[in-house]
Amino acid sequence: MELAEDEGQEIEGSPPPGPGPERGRSLWSDAWHDLRRNPVFVIAGLLIAFLVLISIWPGLIASRDPLSCRLGRSLDPSSAGHWFGYDAQGCDVYTRVVYGARTSVTVGVCATAGVAVLGSLLGGLAGFFGGVWDAILSRVTDIFFGIPIVLGGLVFLSMTGSRSVWTVVTFIVLLGWPQVARIARGSVITVKQNDYVQAARALGAGTVRMMVRHILPNAVAPVIVTATIALGTYISLEATLSYLGVGLQPPTVSWGADISAASQGMQFRNAPHILLYPAAALSLTVLAFIMLGDAVRDALDPKLR
Amino acid sequence: MGRYVIRRLLQMIPVFIGTTFLIFVMVYAVGDPVNALFGERAPDPATAQQLREEFNLDKPIWQQYGLYMGKIFTGDFGNAFNGRPVTELMATAFPITIRLALVAIVIEIVIGIVLGVVTGLRRGRPVDSGVLMMTLVVISVPTFVTGSLAQYLLGVKWGWIAPAVSPAAPVGELLLPGLVLALVSLAYVTRLTRTSIAENSRADYVRTAIAKGLSRRRVTVRHLLRNSLIPVVTFLGTDVGNLMAGALVTERIFNIQGVGFQLWQGIVRQNSPTVVGFVTILVIVFLLANLLVDLLYAVLDPRIRYV
Repeated sequence: MELAEDEGQEIEGSPPPGPGPERGRSLWSDAWHDLRRNPVFVIAGLLIAFLVLISIWPGLIASRDPLSCRLGRSLDPSSAGHWFGYDAQGCDVYTRVVYGARTSVTVGVCATAGVAVLGSLLGGLAGFFGGVWDAILSRVTDIFFGIPIVLGGLVFLSMTGSRSVWTVVTFIVLLGWPQVARIARGSVITVKQNDYVQAARALGAGTVRMMVRHILPNAVAPVIVTATIALGTYISLEATLSYLGVGLQPPTVSWGADISAASQGMQFRNAPHILLYPAAALSLTVLAFIMLGDAVRDALDPKLR
Repeated sequence: MGRYVIRRLLQMIPVFIGTTFLIFVMVYAVGDPVNALFGERAPDPATAQQLREEFNLDKPIWQQYGLYMGKIFTGDFGNAFNGRPVTELMATAFPITIRLALVAIVIEIVIGIVLGVVTGLRRGRPVDSGVLMMTLVVISVPTFVTGSLAQYLLGVKWGWIAPAVSPAAPVGELLLPGLVLALVSLAYVTRLTRTSIAENSRADYVRTAIAKGLSRRRVTVRHLLRNSLIPVVTFLGTDVGNLMAGALVTERIFNIQGVGFQLWQGIVRQNSPTVVGFVTILVIVFLLANLLVDLLYAVLDPRIRYV
């Protein structure tokens, strides 16, 4: 890596190894081979598949309407057909827990997709072209890193009147992209200096071809790892913001908002079920995504091999 | 070292300006402080105009920002919703939150590093896998869930502690909120220390130290741990931001009247000076913490100073 030395740039991401010499044992097939044998990945994968399924068709396991509530049965404990009991508004907790999955999964997946696309685009371009753009991007990411995301959410989201899932997703993308941009920048700078990229340039490859065919496939692994881990934290972030009262609002069903309602004036004192079930669902969901991220990182990070 | 400190301080200036400006724009451009002052009623146009002039709200945003920053550096943060100066609120709120944060930091450093060293030296054994799994679970459960559960179980069901903290917030009452606040970071500190210890325990200098006949304790503490703490120290710096976010949540749950509580009051009453003032201070704290970490980093690893 003599080229790396005379450039003297900071290298933040870890370089993925180039595809191996033998056919069919690229980084990706290698990682997939590892993942299939990792029990953590299998468990997390099954849980996530289930979550995605019930987010798309909540009717599969919950036949009621999460918004049909009767105050007459407020805080009633569990009974036949209503295993999780009723909350303070007299809504069926089980149905609300099932429908909450859709909100969490939507926020997590959309925010992660947005952050990954915007972050790797801006970070990747800055890393590739360097110079002024790189300097500007580095300063901008520094500024965004100076604002803790929950603090920013408290200030920014409280100023917006009505908030939907998309408001929260937009907010997370706006404040979350620098994290991925930093990783993507470091990764592209590392890959750019590899011999095969220099060779492609010497052979007369155009800028676009170099970016798409040579740099992108080799620089994308750290971005995928960061994004997978971030997915779980974004779900947790949405719930936290909703808990603080600056996230999602009714009629959107959100675990965070339900937990917040349960904690209002410590209503869970006499009816713990209104706190425990949404809390368990939320924790299990975040756990599944964090386990997935952990497994993916172990499979894709060559340093841990 | 002196040049390094000066360079880091200079680098902080644009970041500080950018961050505070961003917050300022969010509060003053997205919300309307004068309308907020009148609540549900529509403000009388003449009065609104007068207020706008008084608070410089009729000027362009960058000019408002400049005037505001100028005042902040003379210690004038404006008035809160009840007419008291914001600095007075800060004087009561910050000591409480700092106490809470210190309790959390001590817990996460002590327990996290001990667990990390123990598991790092026994990689792959049952203790290691057990602790590793625990950290995954702890990281996954959001702070407000841990807090609510701890409050329900320890405070309400078993009655071990008071479910809410008294206004004076003595350290004794902050132990449980501090632990709740520390948990997620504690798990990260454990994992980082573990990885770092496991990596370094195969290093040549460790083998040399053992070959010299040093005791196991001395090798672990003086040679291995000191070199393994660098990533942990970096983490602690960035973690100050997480602790702030966590403090907002923890203070809400245990009814602690610290920074999170005052900030929340400011937001609910849409009192811009309170919000911008508190957030500005928090941003300064965050930046200073990161500076401190960079300096500590240079002490732990002298090579970094010369880069």
